[in-house]
This record gives sequence, structure tokens and C-alpha cells, in this order.
Amino acid sequence: MNTNISVLIVDDYQTMLRIIKNLLKQIGFNNVDEATDGAMAFQMMQKKQYGLVISDWNMEPMTGLELLQKVRASGGENGNVPFIMVTAESKTENVIAAKKAGVNNYIVKPFNAETLKSKIASVLD
Amino acid sequence: MKEPQQFRREQVITIINSVIQKVEAAETVSRETLYGELRGLHDLVEALRSELATRPGEIRGTHIPSATDELDAIVSATAEATGTIMDSCEAIDELTSRADEDLHGRVVDQITKIYEACSFQDITGQRITKVVNTLKIIDEKVEKILDAFGPAEEFKREKQVKDEGPASLLNGPQLPENAISQEDIDRLLAEFD
Repeated sequence: MNTNISVLIVDDYQTMLRIIKNLLKQIGFNNVDEATDGAMAFQMMQKKQYGLVISDWNMEPMTGLELLQKVRASGGENGNVPFIMVTAESKTENVIAAKKAGVNNYIVKPFNAETLKSKIASVLD
Repeated sequence: MKEPQQFRREQVITIINSVIQKVEAAETVSRETLYGELRGLHDLVEALRSELATRPGEIRGTHIPSATDELDAIVSATAEATGTIMDSCEAIDELTSRADEDLHGRVVDQITKIYEACSFQDITGQRITKVVNTLKIIDEKVEKILDAFGPAEEFKREKQVKDEGPASLLNGPQLPENAISQEDIDRLLAEFD
């Protein structure tokens, strides 16, 4: 697993951003950027190419699903970036909607480091 | 204080049925009897109206704002505590990174478990937000009931009237704006010396 890639994490809870960032650091990812909602993440993705996006779903003004749809529709450098949804939304219809939008993997909160690591490995390998 | 009267659906139905029977037998029932029955029904509706006009007012003016404030305080306090826990974890990680690799590795394993556990703050925050939204819906419904029973009154947060006695002192944690500081407490205690 290439841990030198740039990772963008998106969550409106500062605590969650810190948790994911620290867990990523322990897995070996040190090049991590943060955004607090989908709109901010999309702006950042216009300026930089990422190797992985890890995003929450429930955010305002732009949700994680809307971000995913916009990224996939935009094409460009980040159009096919591996995208993992990390969310408390755990209904079947949520997972289906995310999959239809082009998500690569889906993690339900709360999660542990091992789950995060295995899901990242599955989308990067 | 007088306990509010409890109204039962059966009570209203009984009176209405009684009125209908008397109207049907109008020739044999006096006008006064019929009037008495209608008066009873009217009083019951008025009392119910009065009850609805005060209780929802209390719910809107006091209970719901108080509940949402308390819930906001929970989110704020848990976020702050989680931040402190994570600050300490990051500091421990940094400090032990200078120690031998095996020790640092074992410390990191434990810190990882703390990080995982800290995600409770995100989950509880989302759950509490759902509860707050539900309370807002209840608030809107109560407002509609109030509107249906007459002009909306201005309900202010009523200062709770405290009973004298031990139970009246059990108020739980206070919101920051209602709490006094440790310095205030020390000063207050010093006044007794």
C-alpha cells in the first residue's frame, strides 16, 4: 500500500477529523489535508490531485454524497480518485445510493483502526 | 396549587349522548334540563381549552428551550473533553516516540484504542442533533395547538418557583451562564468564616 499519496479527509466534526488524521498517521499516511464540508473539499480538489478521499456523509452545505457525485461528474484529475464514505448513515438505501454515485468503499461509524486500514488497502491495492 | 382536571374522552361522549337523548325527548324534558346539559358540555370544553392554553405555553416557553440548551451543553462539554483527551494522547505519542521502538509501539496501540473510543463524540453529537430537531417539531405542533385555541400569548421563561426542601436543591449540572465559578464559591464560603 502506497502511503506517500495525498489524502483528503472531510468531516464537519473537528474531533472526527483529528481521529481520522491520527489513525492515518499511525497507518503511515503523513500527507493529509482536511476539509469541513463537501463544498470546501471540492474547492481543494480543484487545486490539488489526491490519491484518496475519506468523507463523512452528513454535512452542510454540501453533503458527502453530493461531493462524490460532483467529483465523479467533473472528470479531471480527481474524477476517479478512490473515495471512501465514513458515516453514521447505516441504512441499506444509503449504501446503495453511495455505490450508485461511485463510492469505492463505505465505513460505518463508529469504526476501528483495523477497519479503516483494511478498507483503505482494498481501494488502493 | 390545584391539580389540573383530567379530561377523558368518555366524559365528553357521555355528556354529548345525554344531550342527544334529551333533545330527542324534547317534549318530555324541560328546557332547563337541556340547558343544564349544554352548559356542562360548554364548561368542559372551556376548561379543556384553558388547560391547553396554559400547558403548551409552559412546554414552549420553558421546557423545550431548557431541554435544547441542556443538550447543546452536552455536545459542547463532550467535544471539549474529547479535545483534551486527544491533546494528551498526541503529547504521549510525541514523548514516547523518543523512547525505544518497542515501548513506543505498545503505547501507540493503546493510544489508537483511545482515538477509536473518542469517536463516540461524533455519534452522540449526531444523535443529540436528531433529538433537538424532534423537539423543534414538537414545538411547532404545540404552536399550532395554541393558535387553534386563540391568540398566541407571549410566553417567557418562567423563573422556577423553588419549594423549600432537600429535593429543591437537586438541580444537576448547571449551564455555564447559570453556574457560579469556583472563585465565587470560595468567596461565598469565606463569608461564613
